[in-house]
Amino acid sequence: MTAPATTQTAVLAEPTAPGRLASIADSLIRSIGPIILAFLACGLILLVLGRDPIAFYEDIVTAGLLRPSGLQDSITRMAPILLIGVGLIVVFRATLWNLGSEGQYLLAAAMVAGLGPIVLDTVPAPLGWVVLMLVAMAVGAGWTLIPALLKAIYGMNEIITTLMMTFIGVGLANLFVKGPFKGTSMVPQTAVIPKGMMLLDLPVTRVHVGVIIALVVVVIVHLALTRTSFGTRLDVLGANPRAAVHLGINVPRLIVLAFVISGALIGLAAAVDILGIFGYMRADWNPAYGLKVIPLVFLARLNALALIPFAAFFSVVSIGGEYAARQAGLPSDFLLLVVGLILIFMVATQYFSDKRARGERIVPRRRKASA
Amino acid sequence: MSDLLTPTFLTALIAGGILAGIPLLFASLGETIAEQSGILNVGLEGMMLTGAFCGFLGALATGNAWVGLTVGAISGLLVSLVMVVFCVRLGLDQIVVGISIILCAEGLTSLLHGAFFGQSYPRLDAIDVFAIPVLSQIPVLGGSLFSQPAPVYMALIVVGLVGWIFRRTTAGLDLRAAGERPDSLDAAGVSVVRVRTVAEMACGAFAGIGGAYMSIVGAGTFVPFLTGGMGFIAIVIAMMGRGHPWGAVLGALLFGMSLSIATALQLVGISIPVDVVQMLPFVSVMVVLVVFAREARLPAALGLPYVRGSR
Amino acid sequence: MRVMADAPAPAPATLSSTAGTPVPAVELIDITKVFPGVIANDHISLSVLPGEVLCLLGENGAGKSTLMSILSGLYRPDEGRIRVDGSDVRIDSPRRGRDLGIGMVHQHLSLIPTLTVLENLMLGSNKGIILDEKTARTRIADLASTLGITVDADARAGSLALGQQQHVEIIKALWKGSKVLILDEPTSMLTPQGIAELQKVLVELKTSGLAIIFITHKLHEAIAIGDRVTILKQGRVVGTIGPEILRSSTPQQLQRRIVATMFGEEADEVADVAELREDLEGHRVRRTMSETPLLELVGVSAPGHHGQYGVSDVSLAVRGGEILGIAGVDGNGQRALAEVIAGQRRPSAGDIRLAAASIVKLTVSSRQRLGLRYVTDDRLGEGVVRPFAVGMNLVLKRIGDKPFWRRGTIDRVAINATARELIAQFDIRTPSSETRIGKLSGGNIQKALLARELSFQPRVVVFSKPTHGLDVRTIAMVRERIRELAGRGVATVVISTDLDELIDLSDRVAVLFEGKIAGIVDNGPGAETRIGELIVGAQAA
Repeated sequence: MTAPATTQTAVLAEPTAPGRLASIADSLIRSIGPIILAFLACGLILLVLGRDPIAFYEDIVTAGLLRPSGLQDSITRMAPILLIGVGLIVVFRATLWNLGSEGQYLLAAAMVAGLGPIVLDTVPAPLGWVVLMLVAMAVGAGWTLIPALLKAIYGMNEIITTLMMTFIGVGLANLFVKGPFKGTSMVPQTAVIPKGMMLLDLPVTRVHVGVIIALVVVVIVHLALTRTSFGTRLDVLGANPRAAVHLGINVPRLIVLAFVISGALIGLAAAVDILGIFGYMRADWNPAYGLKVIPLVFLARLNALALIPFAAFFSVVSIGGEYAARQAGLPSDFLLLVVGLILIFMVATQYFSDKRARGERIVPRRRKASA
Repeated sequence: MSDLLTPTFLTALIAGGILAGIPLLFASLGETIAEQSGILNVGLEGMMLTGAFCGFLGALATGNAWVGLTVGAISGLLVSLVMVVFCVRLGLDQIVVGISIILCAEGLTSLLHGAFFGQSYPRLDAIDVFAIPVLSQIPVLGGSLFSQPAPVYMALIVVGLVGWIFRRTTAGLDLRAAGERPDSLDAAGVSVVRVRTVAEMACGAFAGIGGAYMSIVGAGTFVPFLTGGMGFIAIVIAMMGRGHPWGAVLGALLFGMSLSIATALQLVGISIPVDVVQMLPFVSVMVVLVVFAREARLPAALGLPYVRGSR
Repeated sequence: MRVMADAPAPAPATLSSTAGTPVPAVELIDITKVFPGVIANDHISLSVLPGEVLCLLGENGAGKSTLMSILSGLYRPDEGRIRVDGSDVRIDSPRRGRDLGIGMVHQHLSLIPTLTVLENLMLGSNKGIILDEKTARTRIADLASTLGITVDADARAGSLALGQQQHVEIIKALWKGSKVLILDEPTSMLTPQGIAELQKVLVELKTSGLAIIFITHKLHEAIAIGDRVTILKQGRVVGTIGPEILRSSTPQQLQRRIVATMFGEEADEVADVAELREDLEGHRVRRTMSETPLLELVGVSAPGHHGQYGVSDVSLAVRGGEILGIAGVDGNGQRALAEVIAGQRRPSAGDIRLAAASIVKLTVSSRQRLGLRYVTDDRLGEGVVRPFAVGMNLVLKRIGDKPFWRRGTIDRVAINATARELIAQFDIRTPSSETRIGKLSGGNIQKALLARELSFQPRVVVFSKPTHGLDVRTIAMVRERIRELAGRGVATVVISTDLDELIDLSDRVAVLFEGKIAGIVDNGPGAETRIGELIVGAQAA
C-alpha cells in the first residue's frame, strides 16, 4: 500500500466513534495527560532556575481565574484564540498546514486599526463593526491566497510558504502602521477608536461581545464541518488526497476555499481584538498567537466544539502566566514552552495509547535487535 | 544608479552576504542531509535557536568562539535527538514534532536568557578575521571574499566534504536510498532507522553551528528569538538545492545578500525602512518559490515514517 | 483437508548426512508467524536442495510472501528453526540473510529509480567507507555474462524497461554469491516470451547448483517450472508433489489434484479460474453487442507521471456488451489510459465520447453521473478513504447528492440504508456499515469498490487490474460480475497485466506498448502468442 498523505497525523479524521462515553473518557485522558506532564516538566525547569513552581502555578490560577478582573481578561482572551483555533481546524482537517496565522492576524489588525477610526466616524457603530470585520476577513483570506494557489496548482509545500508570508505580513503591517495609518501622536501608532465606538461589553462585565461572536462562529464552523458535504470533502482530502481526486472532488478549488475560510476566520479574530480591547495598533505590536494555538487545536482533536474548553484553559494560563512570570522575574515566553511541551507529550501519549488500543506491546520486542 | 556599483557597495554587499549567509549555509546543509534521508525537519529553526543560545553561553564562559561553536553544535545535536526518538524511532508526525521543537526552543531559550541575564545583553569580542594572503589583496572582491572569519572557510570545506560523502561513500548512498525507497534500503540489509538517525543528528549539529555562528560571529550577543525565521529560509534553500550541497551555498549566499543589501545601501547613502529590510529575504524566497514553483524536487519518501512491512 | 499423503515430514536434524542424501540448501522447520489477528504461517516446514526448483504455490494470502520474508530476514518467526546447509541459523536481518547466501527478488521491484544500476547494486553490499565502483563493475559484467544478458551499469534504474529491471533484480539477488534464490511471483508482469526467457535463466542457475524457490499463485507456472511443488493454504502446508509424480502425471491430472488439495470441497466453485487451469482457453460466451460503440477514444494523448508512459494517439471503440481487454507490461500507459477515461487526467489531445457525445471536457463527477465508472487498481491509495466507515466509502462518489445529503446536510440514515443493501448485494464481509473500511481484507475492499462503481446504472466501466492480489474465490466472483455486467449491455474495459485474465474475459484485447496501441487482437486460438509478441513491442501485422 502506498503511505498516506505526508502530513497525516494520527489525530486526524475520526468521523465515527462507537462507544461515545468510553471515547470521551479516552479523549480526556489523552488530552489532560499531556497537559499535566507539560506542567510537571515546566515545574522542574522552574525549580532548576531557583523559582518556586507551586507559587508560580498558584499565581497563574489566581491571576488568570480567581481574581474577577483576571477572569474577565481570560474570557476576553478566548475570543481571538477560539477564532484562530477554528480557522486552523478548517485547514488542518484537510491536512493543509496554515502556519501563517500570525501574518494574517497582524495584517488584518493593522487594517482594522487603521481604517477603524475613519469608518466608525462615518457610519453608525454597528454597521461600522460589520464593515470592519468583513474587511479584516477579506485581508486575512487574501493573505493566504498565494500559498493556497501555489499549493493548489503546483502542490508546493504550504508550510514553507505560509511561514514566509507571515514574516512578510508582519513587516507589511508595521509599514502600514508607521506609514499611511499613522495617527497624530509622536509614537508610531494608529489613531485610537473612541471608547464609545468599541464593541459593546456584556452587562456588568468588561467582557466584550466579541466572545459571543466567537462562540457562535465556533458552533457554525462545527456544524459546517460535521454535517455538510463541504466538511466531508475536507475530511476526504485530509485523509487521502489521491482519493479526493479519484472521487471527483475539485481538489484545487477545495484547497483554496479551505485556506480562504481559514484566513478569514483568523482575520475576524484580529477585528474582534482591535474593536473589542485595543482600539488602536502600535508599531511592532504582536500578540504572537501564531504557533501557540496549534497544540490546542490538536488537543481538541480538530473538533471545533472541543476547542472551547482548551481555549479557556489556554486563556487562563496566558493571562495568569503573564502575571506569574512578572512575579518570578521571568519573561512571559514561558507559555511557549508550556504549549510546546503539551504538543510533544500529546503525540507521545497518542502513540502509546494507540499502540495499547491495538493490543501491541508498548516497548517493542523486535526493535532492539534490528536497531 | 551608477553609485550602486561602487567598490564600497559591492564589498559591503558580498561581505555582508557571506556573514549573513554562513548560518543559512550550515543550517540548509543540515536540512539537505535530513531531507535526503527522508526527514522533513521543520524544527530547524528551534535547533538553530538552541545552538545560538548555548553557543553564546559557551563563548561567553570561555571567551573562545570555537568553544562556543562546538557547544552550539552539541546543543543542536541534542535537540535533534527529540526528532530521532519521536519521528525516526517511533514514526510520529514529523511536522507536529517539528512545530513543538520550535515552540519549546523559543520558550526555553527566552526563559533561560531572562533567568540568566534579565534585561542585560552581554557582548562577545569580535572574532578574528583571517585574510588569505595574496587573494585578499585582489581589488574589490579580495577584501570581501578572502578576508573572513575562519569559520567561513571551514563552512566551504564542510560543503565539499558533504558533497563527496553524498556521491562517493557508502553512507551517502545509504542516505539517498533512505529518502527515496526506505523499504529497498531495508531489504538491502541497511537499517533505515540508523541511517536516518545519523542524518538527523548531523542536521541538528549543523543547525546548531549555524545558530551559534549567528550569535557569536554575527550578532556578538544573544537576544530571544535571535534566529528570526532563518531556519525556515534554510529549509527553502535546502528544497531549492535539490539535494546538492553546492546548491545550499548558492542559495545561502543569495539570501545572505538580500539580508545585507540594506547595510550596503546605507553605505552609499540610500536608506530604506527597517521593516522593508526585514521583509526582504522572505519576499525574495517567495519570489523564488513562485518563479521556480515547478522545480523543487524532494525525495519520494520525505516526511514519511518508515515502518517495516507497511507496504 | 490434507489430501496429499506426501506432505513433508520435517526431516530429523542430521548434521552429518549420510552419502547419497544431499543436504538441503535451506530448510524451514515448524515456522510460525502471527500478525495481529491473523496467523500468516502456521508450523510450516519445507526444504529445498541445491540444483532444484521448489515451487511454492498458493493463492494470495496463503502466507507465501511472509514465509519468504522470514527466510530473507525481513521478518523474524515467532516459532521454528531455519537451517542453511544443515546447520541452524538465526536470520535476524536482511543483511544476515544475504550473508548466508539467500538472495531474494521481490514481487514489487525494489530498485531505487533515482539511483543508477551500479548504485543500486552497491547498496547494502559495498564494503568499506568509500564506494568501490571498480569491483562492482567487474561483478556486474561477470553476473550478466552468466545470465546471458547485457546491463548498462550507469543507466538510472527508473529509465530501464521492466524486463531489464528484473534482470538487475536477479543480479542483485545473486550479488553475494547466493546459494538460494527466492523469486516472489516474478512472472506477474512478464509476457509468455519473457517467462520462457526467465525459465531459461532458471535452468542455467539450477545447473550451476543454485537452490531456487519460485513463488506463484498460477498453477500452470508451478507445473511448468517446479521440480517439486509445495502447496500452501491459509498459512499451512497442505501438500507437496514430488518430482516423480510431476514427471509421470498429465497436466490435467496434476491440475485436478492440486485444485482438490487447495480447495477440497470447494474445488468445483473455483476450478474455472484461469490461474488454476493448465489450459488457458477461456470459456467465452457469445453476448449481444450494441451496433454502435458506447465508449470511443479518438486520437487521445495524455502526459505520463513519475517517469511512466502517458498515452499517445490512442483510438479505441468499445461497444455495449463488449469486454475489451487492455494488455501490456505495467508502466506502458495503463494508468494514464484509465485516468484519462475517468477524467482524472486531462488529455493533451483527442476526444472521448460516451454514446457519441463528447465527454472530454467533463469532470470526474459529471462522467460518473453519466454512468462512466472506474474501478481503480490502487484500492488503498486512491480507492478508499481508510479511516472512513464502509458505508461512507460506498457513497463517496456522490458527496452532496440526494438522498445522502439533503439541503446540504448529511443524512446518515439514508447512507446506512443504501450501504446495507450494497453490502448484502456484493457480499462484503464487514461487521457493520460503520466499521472503518481500512479494517477489511483486500478482497472485501475490492467488493466495496465494485459496489460503489457498479451501482446507480453504469454504462461504461473501466476496470484496472480487477483481481490483482485477491484470493481465488473473490477472483471468481469479480470475473463473474464483469461478465454479468457485459451481459447487461455495459461497455467494459479490463486493463490487466495478467494475460491469463484477459484471455479468460475479453472479446478483444488491445495491447499498450510505450503509451501507444500496438495492436488489437480478437480473442481466440493463438491470441495469446500474438498478444505476447505485441506486448514486447513487435510491430503490428
